[in-house]
Amino acid sequence: MSVSAPRTVVVWCPDWPIAAAGVDPGTPAAVLHANRVVACSAAARHEGVTRGLRRREAQARCPELVVLDDDPARDARAFEPVVAALDGVCPRIEIVRPGVCAFLARGPSRYFGGDAAVAEVTLERAAGAARPAACRVGIAEGRFAAGLAARNADAPAPWVAVAPGETRAFLAPFPVRVLDRPELADLLVRLGIRTLGDLSALPPAAVLARFGHDGELAWRLARGQEERPLAARTPPDDLALAAELDPPADRADRAAFVAKSLADELHAELGRRGLACTRIAIEAETEHGEHLVRLWRHDGALTAGAIAERVRWQLDGWLTATGATGASGRPTAGISLVRLVPDEVRPDDGRQLGFWGGSTLHDERAARALARVQGMIGLDGVCTAVVQGGRSPAERARLIPWGDAREPEASPDTPWPGQVPRPAPAIVHAEPLPCEVAAADGGSVRVTGRGGCDGAPAYLAIGEGGNGEVAEVVAWAGPWPVDERWWDPPEHRRRARFQLLTAGGVAHLAAVEGGRWWIEATYD
Amino acid sequence: MFDSREVGLAGRVSAGTARTAGRRAAEVRELRELAGKVAPVVLAGEQVLPVDDALAPLLPGGGLRRGSVVAVDGPPGSGATSLLLRLVAGPSAAGSWVALVGMPSVGAVAAAEAGVDLSRLALVPAPGGHWPMVTAALLDAIDVVVVRPPTRFRAADARRLAARTRERGGVLVVVGNHPDGADVRLTATGSTWRGLGAGHGVLASRTVDVVATGRGAAARERRLAITL
Repeated sequence: MSVSAPRTVVVWCPDWPIAAAGVDPGTPAAVLHANRVVACSAAARHEGVTRGLRRREAQARCPELVVLDDDPARDARAFEPVVAALDGVCPRIEIVRPGVCAFLARGPSRYFGGDAAVAEVTLERAAGAARPAACRVGIAEGRFAAGLAARNADAPAPWVAVAPGETRAFLAPFPVRVLDRPELADLLVRLGIRTLGDLSALPPAAVLARFGHDGELAWRLARGQEERPLAARTPPDDLALAAELDPPADRADRAAFVAKSLADELHAELGRRGLACTRIAIEAETEHGEHLVRLWRHDGALTAGAIAERVRWQLDGWLTATGATGASGRPTAGISLVRLVPDEVRPDDGRQLGFWGGSTLHDERAARALARVQGMIGLDGVCTAVVQGGRSPAERARLIPWGDAREPEASPDTPWPGQVPRPAPAIVHAEPLPCEVAAADGGSVRVTGRGGCDGAPAYLAIGEGGNGEVAEVVAWAGPWPVDERWWDPPEHRRRARFQLLTAGGVAHLAAVEGGRWWIEATYD
Repeated sequence: MFDSREVGLAGRVSAGTARTAGRRAAEVRELRELAGKVAPVVLAGEQVLPVDDALAPLLPGGGLRRGSVVAVDGPPGSGATSLLLRLVAGPSAAGSWVALVGMPSVGAVAAAEAGVDLSRLALVPAPGGHWPMVTAALLDAIDVVVVRPPTRFRAADARRLAARTRERGGVLVVVGNHPDGADVRLTATGSTWRGLGAGHGVLASRTVDVVATGRGAAARERRLAITL
């Protein structure tokens, strides 16, 4: 239990998603996911933007904020050159997530002659590849402590090496929230355990009894001990799977498609043995014998989908790398072999199939059939829908490619003034149909600036310029004006909606915008 | 004496045979009961996917029979799409998967309001010319596959898909015309809306007139006005 973790080097690029998007660190910028800030640049932080803020709050604090979409694939692609640059320092580099990678310090430290030399070399190579983004290097016992050391490094000395055996003392003053376990940290603080030093002073049995395995893991981290669960073990060799690509793939998505079935197979094999994979090596080889290996780690277990995603990230980064072809740059030929080698596995705590509801065998069969259809017509061809917040029926439905997380972009629970009332129309036209709505005297119906209506709709003609068949409007409601995104000139929309019922019993949802009428949806 | 013994023996033997036969019959009956208990039971309820109570009178067996082909059609605006969504909402709520093939404009919000569980709804909006293959692949694992043929629906494809549906025990719902004749055909002929006035109110509810025709048990034409 008291074995301290091996000395580890962590390279950390602060605000990596910002740098990956190609934004200068001096510009205030933020990356948003689901309307929350997930990363922001130093300039934005200076203006008071922090992680977790809503978009509107962030823009209120910093009006000139550049807002970027979250794209993990872009981050991973941009990180590949940094990892490639570090390949010369140490061959087995583990990518914790785009922007953070780690490797063991022992070998390089002996080769370069000490931790300081390793840190200097690492920093020089990584910073060269990551420019203009900054880089920090931390060396300590274990990935957690080294990561904290890297975060603690600052401009004058962009690396921190904690002396051997000093890790526990180094960690002691940090507050418990650095454990990145908000619930546990909250509980600890309320119990008066404010720093990692306080936590590490507790007897392990008491920690385990009171806080469970997660608490015990936190206690081990606070002491600078081995962070991974003790049950983790090196898997047997025969778990590795490889697929040859014939003809060789010159695009990452083709190779990733093969990798997806490979990942499924690997997952099934691991499942048969009751194992879950926490770290995997993805190897790719080209026709000309060029070779790329990367280690990917995940705190939970890597699912088949997550493995396939990492293959795509890695190959995308490799195939589109800029600079010279050859040893560490872009390969000179198509990818002919993909190999997945589980590097670290632990017993799977299991997933109980639902007895009532939940995931069932039936769902798995359906998932396989849908994946097969994706193989026929492309990944975006099969979608699943989720209802989200919005005003029009088109805004309220979000189609998500099958396999991606079913998350709404806007919360459906918040109020949406001007939302079209129930029942929702069964047909939502992908492209609104142009139409013309006329009053009884034949003049076009207009909506005034104050949301009034000059004339009652009496005739509806669907078609460009109103040249379709004319139907009589027997009942109508509206106008329901909406003035959306007025703070964002390119996205600003001002329109008014109507419900129109024709003499034939057909009901439409029509909208007028800038004097032009459209049928947005039909109540079929 | 010999005779009587003989007779006696014969009598005993015959009595024994009778007893054995009786016991055997009882055993056979018990065995049959036991076999009935342990055999994989196919309940009538498993053969028919449940539908909304309002639609049950239109369908033979009061639901979507597994292995059958259903056609849903109607002129635009008549309520055919709403009828379709309500039809598949029953199986979806009961835990079945539903796939919509070639229907890019169907409203997901309307589907959710009709009672379809969106987490078990797969959409293949643009299957292109591959749609018979896509539909067949989906029928392998998904209970209710709804398809609106984007290209001409050939009779050979119709027969092949019907055979696949029967074999896999799913339900194929065809939107529009079915060249080979579906088992059940639901036609929305028109709808009456309530709640909307001249410049006031809002579309609130409607009644759709539905005509059900078909083959076999569904051959008798049924007409029903359904509130959707």
